[in-house]
Amino acid sequence: MRTQFESPIVLLGSRLLSPYIMLFGIYVIFHGHYSPGGGFQGGALLASSVILIRLSGGRIVSRLQVREFFTTPLAAIGVIVYFGTGIVSILFGSYFLDYEALPFPGGLDPAALRYYGILVIEIGIGIAVMAILVMIYDHMARGEDYV
Amino acid sequence: MKYLKIFILVAFAGLLIYGSLDLPYRGDADNLMHSQRSITDTVVAGNYFIQEAYNDANTPNMVTVVLGDYRSIDTLGEQVVVFTAGLICLLILRRYRPI
Repeated sequence: MRTQFESPIVLLGSRLLSPYIMLFGIYVIFHGHYSPGGGFQGGALLASSVILIRLSGGRIVSRLQVREFFTTPLAAIGVIVYFGTGIVSILFGSYFLDYEALPFPGGLDPAALRYYGILVIEIGIGIAVMAILVMIYDHMARGEDYV
Repeated sequence: MKYLKIFILVAFAGLLIYGSLDLPYRGDADNLMHSQRSITDTVVAGNYFIQEAYNDANTPNMVTVVLGDYRSIDTLGEQVVVFTAGLICLLILRRYRPI
């Protein structure tokens, strides 16, 4: 049962599929203003593309893509991006998470500022969800992986 | 006993189908949930979101505006819940060094 070996066919297929899944995840995050989608869905897609390489290639190959110790700080960074947006909008004289006072350059009106504020928090959600799913997979698969 | 189960299932399905015949049509503008005042003459919140979501945030997708702007603190709570679940998985699944 423990005779695990690397399959080049599976690795080649996953290497073909993974960039397109990742591109679609980024599209779902950034196009969430116009079509169904958003941070949670796009983050799950990004995590699936990373986990696909981890499943097929093992630890040595997947270390080239996202290192294992990056995932926990990345999850915290995602939460901090969201929370920091709220804190910044307090500091510039508005309510918590009311984006009409965010200091974006260009002299935008409040509606456009809300547009970009929603985009920033969606990126934060996507980073956090991706990092957390990859982190759970890494801690579950540690020790069971082939070297 | 088997026929009784089948009869109960069919009867329940018929009841549900009979109930669904009276549902309002999707997207009908005269529905109660789309009206500006409800039956008890209070302001309906969803009507405001439908009318003003584009003007408030320049975003055509109404769901994104409700999720990210009107109810953004709720979404922050969801993200913190996901983050906490990940941290708990880290604490449980982590390989500790044997003492």
